[in-house]
Amino acid sequence: MAVIGTGAERIERLGRIWEERPGVLGWITTTDHKRIGLLYLFTTLVLFAAGGVEALLLRTQLIKANNGLLSPEAYNELFTLHGVTMVFFFVIPISIGAFGNYLLPLMIGARDMAFPRMNALSFWIFLASGIFMYTSLAIGDAPDAGWFNYVPLSAARFSPGPNIDFYCLGLIFNGIASTLTAVNFIVTMFKGRAPGMSMNRMPLFCFAFLAVSLALVFALPPLNVALILLELDRQVGTHFYDVAGGGDPLLWQHLFWIFGHPEVYIIILPAFGIATSIIPTFTHRRMVAFPLVALAEILVALIGFGVWAHHMFATGLPAAETVYFSAVSLIIVVPSAIQLFAWLTTLLTGTPDFQTPLLFIVGFIVFFIIGGLSGVMFAAVPFDQQVTDTYFVVAHFHFVIFGAAVFPLLGGLYYWFPKVTGRMYSEPVGKLSFWLSFAGTAITFFPMHIVGLLGMPRRVYTYPHGLGWDATNLIETLGSYLLAVGLLMVAANLAVSRFRGKRVGRDPFDGATLEWEASSPPKPYNFPVIPTVSSPYPMWDRRDRKKDERKLERGEMVLDAGHETPATTVVDAELDEILEMPSDSPWPPLLALTLALVFVFLLTGHWVTAVVFAGASAAVLGAWHWKEPEEA
Amino acid sequence: MRARTAGPPVLAVAAATLLAGCGGQTTLEPRSRPAQEISTLWWWMLVAATVVFLGALGMIGLAWLRRRHEGLPLLGNRKRLNLALVVFFGIAIPVAVNVALFVVSNFVVLKQTEAPAAASTRMTIQVIGHQWFWEVRYPGTSAVTANEIHIPARTRVNVVATTADVIHSFWVPQLNRKIDMIPGRRNRVLLYADRPGRYRGQCAEFCGTQHGHMALYVFADPPDRFRAWLANMAAPARAPSAAAERTGAQAFQADACASCHAIRGTSARGVVGPDLTHLATRTTLAALTIPNRRGDLAGWLVDPQHVKPGNRMPVLNLGRNDVKALVAYLESLR
Repeated sequence: MAVIGTGAERIERLGRIWEERPGVLGWITTTDHKRIGLLYLFTTLVLFAAGGVEALLLRTQLIKANNGLLSPEAYNELFTLHGVTMVFFFVIPISIGAFGNYLLPLMIGARDMAFPRMNALSFWIFLASGIFMYTSLAIGDAPDAGWFNYVPLSAARFSPGPNIDFYCLGLIFNGIASTLTAVNFIVTMFKGRAPGMSMNRMPLFCFAFLAVSLALVFALPPLNVALILLELDRQVGTHFYDVAGGGDPLLWQHLFWIFGHPEVYIIILPAFGIATSIIPTFTHRRMVAFPLVALAEILVALIGFGVWAHHMFATGLPAAETVYFSAVSLIIVVPSAIQLFAWLTTLLTGTPDFQTPLLFIVGFIVFFIIGGLSGVMFAAVPFDQQVTDTYFVVAHFHFVIFGAAVFPLLGGLYYWFPKVTGRMYSEPVGKLSFWLSFAGTAITFFPMHIVGLLGMPRRVYTYPHGLGWDATNLIETLGSYLLAVGLLMVAANLAVSRFRGKRVGRDPFDGATLEWEASSPPKPYNFPVIPTVSSPYPMWDRRDRKKDERKLERGEMVLDAGHETPATTVVDAELDEILEMPSDSPWPPLLALTLALVFVFLLTGHWVTAVVFAGASAAVLGAWHWKEPEEA
Repeated sequence: MRARTAGPPVLAVAAATLLAGCGGQTTLEPRSRPAQEISTLWWWMLVAATVVFLGALGMIGLAWLRRRHEGLPLLGNRKRLNLALVVFFGIAIPVAVNVALFVVSNFVVLKQTEAPAAASTRMTIQVIGHQWFWEVRYPGTSAVTANEIHIPARTRVNVVATTADVIHSFWVPQLNRKIDMIPGRRNRVLLYADRPGRYRGQCAEFCGTQHGHMALYVFADPPDRFRAWLANMAAPARAPSAAAERTGAQAFQADACASCHAIRGTSARGVVGPDLTHLATRTTLAALTIPNRRGDLAGWLVDPQHVKPGNRMPVLNLGRNDVKALVAYLESLR
């Protein structure tokens, strides 16, 4: 009995050590990756709703020819904000900020991210950048030059208002958050894995997020350069993009797409990661071709840096250049196809149980094939030159970004819902929500291929009768309403189940990865005993888990001497040292606030005030690091 | 030379039935060799894509049918075999298909759609994008017009595409691919029409508020008609004859119209809006926003911001009589 008592005491002590402040203040000062993940989740879902309402307004404007619901100015602001929101303020932050933050430390058996306070800072900067961007809409000066914001339309001469300044400064600000998160993930995955989780035993979910993080770190600098140069052109009067002053507007396009195409893979890779988590669980078997899939995930991120000019085939690039970019765009099909057929073969050879999460993954596979096939067509230069900037390309990237990237997120919301809440969602409502969302997506986006081939350009706020576009547009708009109903049903299912759902234990699906070892919802310290791992499917190694449980009684790998987590070696994950982790702190939100003020005053052109707040930010950063965490 | 309808016949017929009666801006009813080649490429890619898509759906369907059975039908659950499946479908097949696509699209089709070298065609015209209309010039003549391009049918025409302000994209889908108009660059694209007719085009790169109303027509005329049209277009405006026309001509100079528009042969030399020297020969106004009819023209003069909000033409608060006279004058500019 004394032995058990000791275990209980240890757990009690861990709880005391890792406990954070109660109430709202606790959420503001938190450094717990799970709470930060939830903050990201709720924030990004609100922004998703905003982007969704924008999309519904756009679709309603296009429901019939010569519709007068929206003025051209309003339409242009809404489609720009829709794109900016969905890419920068929804898909990437929900994948990385919410799913990544919540799950990665759990999956690798860690107690937190490598830099918990930096993690909090990422969130608060992200939130501030979202508020910054949406302020533009509130004051009626939202960005209006499209999400890729080509110059010279976005130059001061053609866009004198603050609209584009909101875009440039908002995205630079937002990029700081993404960069911090990416760096945090890379270090966490390299140094924070549980003992025994060598690189080749890291879950495929983590490989995907590692690829994304590496891609983000290298993709964001060209975007930031592009944005800073544009802001200098606009506010200081430089001529980087101005032909009259010796600049070149194509420079913007190159810089933007050097970021923009890796960005597409940054959007889609987390979805791949979620798919490779859900498929083994519900097919009751390991992923087919695990090493090939891991390699493919990394290769996609890498090759994604070499295809950017396929967005520019209509700009009159020299033939040699177009042929090169066409070839690389075709090469990147291979790692994507490897993953696709690994999923399909796993489904085929396993015993799939088509529950809601797996249904969303099957939906994802179907949409990914459609979006992938139309993507291959865009590598054919003359065809690209015919249909680029039409609704055909709108169809293509919505199948990829909505169908293929968001469906796994929805499936993932269902899949990890019991983990996060300790309750089960409603399966029948879940299935219905899937079929509505699936039908809605197909009906909204598939006809866009046809209307694009019929010559309808994208980004037109209205269109005339008589070009054969009326029926397809009507169908698309009705489809978008159906899709909205499906998504609302997902939200309602999860919201109601949060309070009424059946209580579940820690592993309701017999999942394979370590997050299922933690209780549901997980304790602030995640695991009473740091697990020791001997395969990529640690939860299916029953003996290992039993061994961990016995360690609690012996006090091995409990690390209850302080706010501690283990660090392991990069490749083999041998125990390296025990790290003392920082606790909750008010400095990250404060730093985000002073940085936000820097950006506000850059926007209004109050340079001196901006510099003052930059100084204040440095002071806050100093205060943050004044006192390092003590030994407990 | 390949047959004209090289696409899979069943699909082509189905498409023709489905799309019969659609307007002239579709990529699927090509009226020139380059557009035809692209369209054929599309139909073949669609066939290949359909095969892949149905194959993958078949695998999902089979997975559903065999959801209670492990392994592959007949072959069982062997690790090597599963890996071989992934390698075959995920590497071997895509590589083979993509090499074929690469060669066909970038060496065969691209040859047809590539820009002709400067001065390699019988005729060159210059199209200049403006927010939000198309200025059209015929080098070697003094002809200037807007939004309605006339070319001789069955003649290779080299279009030099430039811009006066932001990036636009010149695109007439039935005749060829699109080409961007970029500040500081002179891009070129071939225009060729198999037969006389009217082909619609539209700006394909977002260019600001009225990107949605920046369309154009290409009229491919029989050669004689084209020559007559060009001769008329190159001539200065005819002098107003009737009294109302003369009043209109005076109003045009007095009411600030002339500060933005040019009418060759008069003192109006504005360069902000389209050249109006032969406005009455055009079938539409405001880059195809409205037809060029008396009522529409009058409505445009009274409140251009209602017809095409955000366009560069201000509301001039013209009196009734001024509008009437201006309409009479503009209608005389044939």
